[in-house]
Amino acid sequence: MNVATLFGLCAVLLVGAGLYGVIVNPHPLRKILAFNIIGTGVFLLLGAIARRGAGAGFGGDPVPQALLITGIVVAFSATALAVALLLRLHEVAGSVTLASDAPPKVGPDAGSR
Amino acid sequence: MTATPGGLLLVLAVLVPFVGVLAGLVLGGRNPQRVALVTLVLGLGIAVGIADAYLRSGDAVVYLLGGWAPPLGVALRADGPSVVMLLAVAVVICGIGVYACADFATPTGEPEGRAPFTFWLLLLAVWGSLNLVFVSGDLFTLYVALELMTFAGVPLVCLDGRGETLRAALRYLLYALLGSVLYLLGAVLLYGAYGTLDIALLAAQVRPEPAAWAAAALMTTGLLAKTALFPLHLWLPPAHAGAPAAASAVLSALVVKGSWFLVIRLWFDAMPAVFTFSSAQLLGALGAAAILIFSIVALRQERLKLLIAYSTLAQIGYLFLMFPLAFNIATGQLDDGGALAGGMLQAMSHATAKAAMFMAAGSIYAALGHDRIAGLAGIARAMPISVLAFALGGLALMGLLPSGAYLAKKLLLEAAGGSGQWWWEVVLQAGGVLTSSYVVLVLAYALRRAGAPVELKRSVSRIAQAAALGLAVCSLLLACAALGPVPRSLVKNPLALAELAPALLTVLGGGALAFGFGFRPPRTPGDGHVAATAGAFRRAALVAGAAFERADGVLRRWPVAATALLVVAALFGWTLAAAR
Repeated sequence: MNVATLFGLCAVLLVGAGLYGVIVNPHPLRKILAFNIIGTGVFLLLGAIARRGAGAGFGGDPVPQALLITGIVVAFSATALAVALLLRLHEVAGSVTLASDAPPKVGPDAGSR
Repeated sequence: MTATPGGLLLVLAVLVPFVGVLAGLVLGGRNPQRVALVTLVLGLGIAVGIADAYLRSGDAVVYLLGGWAPPLGVALRADGPSVVMLLAVAVVICGIGVYACADFATPTGEPEGRAPFTFWLLLLAVWGSLNLVFVSGDLFTLYVALELMTFAGVPLVCLDGRGETLRAALRYLLYALLGSVLYLLGAVLLYGAYGTLDIALLAAQVRPEPAAWAAAALMTTGLLAKTALFPLHLWLPPAHAGAPAAASAVLSALVVKGSWFLVIRLWFDAMPAVFTFSSAQLLGALGAAAILIFSIVALRQERLKLLIAYSTLAQIGYLFLMFPLAFNIATGQLDDGGALAGGMLQAMSHATAKAAMFMAAGSIYAALGHDRIAGLAGIARAMPISVLAFALGGLALMGLLPSGAYLAKKLLLEAAGGSGQWWWEVVLQAGGVLTSSYVVLVLAYALRRAGAPVELKRSVSRIAQAAALGLAVCSLLLACAALGPVPRSLVKNPLALAELAPALLTVLGGGALAFGFGFRPPRTPGDGHVAATAGAFRRAALVAGAAFERADGVLRRWPVAATALLVVAALFGWTLAAAR
């Protein structure tokens, strides 16, 4: 087993762990962290693919490396947006929960909705 | 691949809205609204220009970024479906922009308002990212466009800053991120297997093998999560419950179309050799389930905005019915013929009609101060324009003459008959009846006469109401497609009995369903239970409806919905692999 395959398997483990974390954890911050773990797994997979595609004297295929950097930036902005929403939710509501409330059957007349 | 004249317009279509966002951000104060309105006009012109270039050349409009051709560089391509969606989105966004001038005008005397400032910038950002979705020529640019769309759409949900809407926005963001990371994983697998992500090059190279199956299953599931197709719909009802009307219109009429369009690109253009008959049937089955379950749940809603949100979920199911119908069993691939045309027409009429319905509901809510369906009596007399817009939008969705959805239904029915898939004909007709049920329900309450003249808490701007009506009329005008691209033989005689009878049956069937399943306010306060004198049909309907609603509630719990993602991906993988 060469290094690229080993990293690829690690990536699979990370994606699996992240998916488990997203499904099971009720706290939104943990969901965000688990999403980041899935993202890390995907980027590691891209790195393994870059290593596997090395040629022409390069250490690795440059295209997946470019995709990887773009992906990191996108995941970073996604995390920033999610954390900003989370902080604001905590500020406004006091508690942080994503408990899925059933759509309210009777809306108040005051029109606060 | 070479660039074609007019290709620069593709770049402008993406660039102009984002330049507008930057200009609005820098100028600040009251200027975002002005910048947005100017950009709307410019963008509409660019969309018309692209359509003109496409019609003139007869082939796709291509632009090579930096002059580098794929696989070295990135290409922007606008073919038929792209041009159609670019135009439709431009028209709907202009309508929403006109409508939102009333809701999101910066209050006089204040230098800057937080909600108006944010709304106009986000509207332009959503438009720019949608344009990028429609013109992208490779899968990674599509990923970036998808993420842009999500980031621009999420804050629209929580514009009013309340805890409920923040929670809904966070839920939407997290679920959408899950969807996009699955899509990215699939794209990575494709690059690892084939060495390119350009759509045209992939189409030539992709073969049915495990890497392609895994990628197709993951990407489709991720996109379905963003489109809120059953059972991956947990984010849509709460997001619509609290969002302002213009934001709801943008989210349900436009943002879900972006990821739906990506599914089309994936199935029809990028990996046509991979998708099998059973996978197409699975996609159609999810759509049919969406139509059935969400129409019944919509009937049971007490709030107008939630009814329209659930009707959006049902209509999204309709959009996916075209996939099994486009499957050509002889070639084993999806081909673009009548079914694709029907699907595009359906998407366009849905976008315009849904936006019109949300805008009309928003006007009614603003005027009455509440959106309880039971309290709508007398509104037809007080706000005729809005009720008319709602009715016309509903008519357009039902698929009655004259509307684009009618033509779309005929095209889809013809495709179903041609390929011998009679069960989709049943689903299509039943879908029409189910759609008409909730439109009839709302209109029945709205057209009721009130004891005393309705007191409007606020007067709603006529321009806003006219914008809603204008979009609804656009949806009906799409029937003019019968004069052009759609074959004449499809609509021989619109007034013949064979055409009118189904229309009548649709409305009557819808009325019956509304009568049976629909929510009715209790006669006396505190009377929450069905009166003992209710008929057997009504009681059975209520039990069935309650069961559907409970099932929907269970599916909208986060662990169930997230696990459903994995289950749907596994199902797609199995249907793709098992047929070989």
